[in-house]
Amino acid sequence: MNKGWLVIRSRHFRVSFRLERRVPAVLLTLLLVTLAAMALNVGQGEYPISPLEVLKTILGLETDNPDYPFVVNTLRLPRTIVAYLAGVGLAISGTILQGVIRNPLADPSLIGINAGASLAAVTLIVLVPSVPLFALPLSAFGGALAVSVLIYLLAWDKGSSPIRLILVGVGLDAISRALTTLMVTFGEINSVSQALVWLAGSVYGRTWEHVWSLLPWLVVLVPLAFVLAKQLNALNLGDDVARSLGSQVEWQRGLLLVVSVALVGASVATAGTIAFVGLIAPHLGRQLVGPTHEGLIPVSALMGGLIVVLADWLGRVLFAPIELPCGVITAAVGAPYFLYLLVRNRKP
Amino acid sequence: MAIETATANGIPRKRSHSLLVAGLLLSLFVLLLCLVASMTSGAAEISIDKIVAALIAFNGSTDHLIIRTMRLPRSLIAMLVGAALAVAGALLQGLTRNPLADPAILGLESGAALAVVVAVFLFGASSLSAYAGFALLGTGVTAVLLYLLASLGRGGLTPLNLTIVGAALTYLAASLTTAILILSQQTLDEIRFWLAGSVAGRDFTLLFQVLPYIVVGFAVTFALGRQITTLNLGEDVAKSLGQRTAWVKATAALGVVLLVGSSVALAGPIVFIGLVVPHIVRFFIGVDYRWILPYAAVVGAILLLVADIAARLVIAPQELPVGVMTALVGAPFFIYLARSKVKR
Repeated sequence: MNKGWLVIRSRHFRVSFRLERRVPAVLLTLLLVTLAAMALNVGQGEYPISPLEVLKTILGLETDNPDYPFVVNTLRLPRTIVAYLAGVGLAISGTILQGVIRNPLADPSLIGINAGASLAAVTLIVLVPSVPLFALPLSAFGGALAVSVLIYLLAWDKGSSPIRLILVGVGLDAISRALTTLMVTFGEINSVSQALVWLAGSVYGRTWEHVWSLLPWLVVLVPLAFVLAKQLNALNLGDDVARSLGSQVEWQRGLLLVVSVALVGASVATAGTIAFVGLIAPHLGRQLVGPTHEGLIPVSALMGGLIVVLADWLGRVLFAPIELPCGVITAAVGAPYFLYLLVRNRKP
Repeated sequence: MAIETATANGIPRKRSHSLLVAGLLLSLFVLLLCLVASMTSGAAEISIDKIVAALIAFNGSTDHLIIRTMRLPRSLIAMLVGAALAVAGALLQGLTRNPLADPAILGLESGAALAVVVAVFLFGASSLSAYAGFALLGTGVTAVLLYLLASLGRGGLTPLNLTIVGAALTYLAASLTTAILILSQQTLDEIRFWLAGSVAGRDFTLLFQVLPYIVVGFAVTFALGRQITTLNLGEDVAKSLGQRTAWVKATAALGVVLLVGSSVALAGPIVFIGLVVPHIVRFFIGVDYRWILPYAAVVGAILLLVADIAARLVIAPQELPVGVMTALVGAPFFIYLARSKVKR
């Protein structure tokens, strides 16, 4: 029975992981595709650079053109990295959310968590125009957390009713958007145009500073999500089963939700409301490696990063020189995919 | 003839025709008061006798100009849009037997907005008024999509399926709208204000353009009151009473499309009026759609007028889009309904 699985045990620590045998191969393939996509993305622009030259430049090798290091390392690389990291964060967050509330249609953007995060970020920008960059993820996290607590309070009702949860989420989404419009109407022109970037979900003009404000969140939260994967498997079987397997259900669910919300907050604060990545990535991941979360979380993380990088690239290629925000692309692709899932999901 | 009405404690109570007529007249009187309030309040306070004078004996003074060219069209449009959306919402809730139905939540308004933006983008725009037809077209296409996709979902046309298909369609239409606005700066300038959902800065040309559609929409829906009441008892019951339900549904859907499409053409997407008003009305007068529809029209007009006055006064001298006001009031109500009316 051990056939399809790969078991990793440590001799010294009491740690073990059980992975689907195809996970490493899938991860490796995804990684290579992602690197190719990133090279493509960095090379794309008003000043095209071939992917090979991009790689050379990043690795510090000699290239034909002395301008390349500036264009690549200062202008385009941080942008691509921010896109990638935001995608990773949103994908893991969506995976956790779908596992915790046992609803394959859950997505942070659909139930208002993204909107809460961007409301908090926009409010901060409008009220305190001189706000330092590192404070934005914090306030976005606060906004996302507030919305999730509200959803929990209004919809949980002794265990879960996924229907009510989604409906309450749709309502909170509407409130957050209205308040955001209110803020935007209220604010100074300068801070408003800065705030509008958040709403469109774009990685335009991101710098290393943005990378550094997002990276610490992921460095802490991604390993945490991976460690909690086993608990997520148990929770996914239902509260009763999880309890009988020895899970402390409420605590673990709470911790997982906080991780999920924090990832959304940090991603939204840096890259704006990029919708539906948290929905698509876990589904594609499940197609590749099945529903076990030890394998699913890393695979859908890489998948999410890849999706946002590709969306950013598409947004710049489709109507060049005009640039579409990657959030527009993910929503235009993600909403039909969501409807497809809904229709496919109809067996009684 | 008397009408049975469920009261709060579940005991049916007879409510006479004359009482219902009196109630309707009273609401109309309240509507008139709101109309006067809407004409007087704003950046310039204008007294009532001046308003009357401006309407009867126009003398070209600044106040008279403000009344005739700004406040009057604005107030009339707010009334019409509020009435149209409320009636459309009542019809949708009756047709789908879904307490959460609202033209905006179900994506109809975003579909209409997308169609208008596409039209302005493709054919260049001199004014928005040329595009009322596209708003109707967009609403119609979205309604068909919504119906097909939601009935394909698990369990058929449940409130959940309708709501989340509507949310996804809204996302889709909104992202395509954003894409077009970014691609074409000119479209953006033309349309940004309209997209926020506002009744400010509209003039009579637009109103007259859309008026025929709205009138036909009201006529169609009011004529259907009796049929909708029957249909609301359940499709099987309606059929056994001899109703051709498919025909009734199709006609009612046409009415909804006419009303929603024209109100979006007038004011942009305005959310939650169509959700809230039918619930208020049903609470007072019960389940007979022959009365629900006209009451919804009057109460919808009152609500949107009040929301527009509030939008002008809350952060004066700046103005809020009225869509923001309705969302802030309507969304909590939506959550309340989701908690209390939706069974697992």
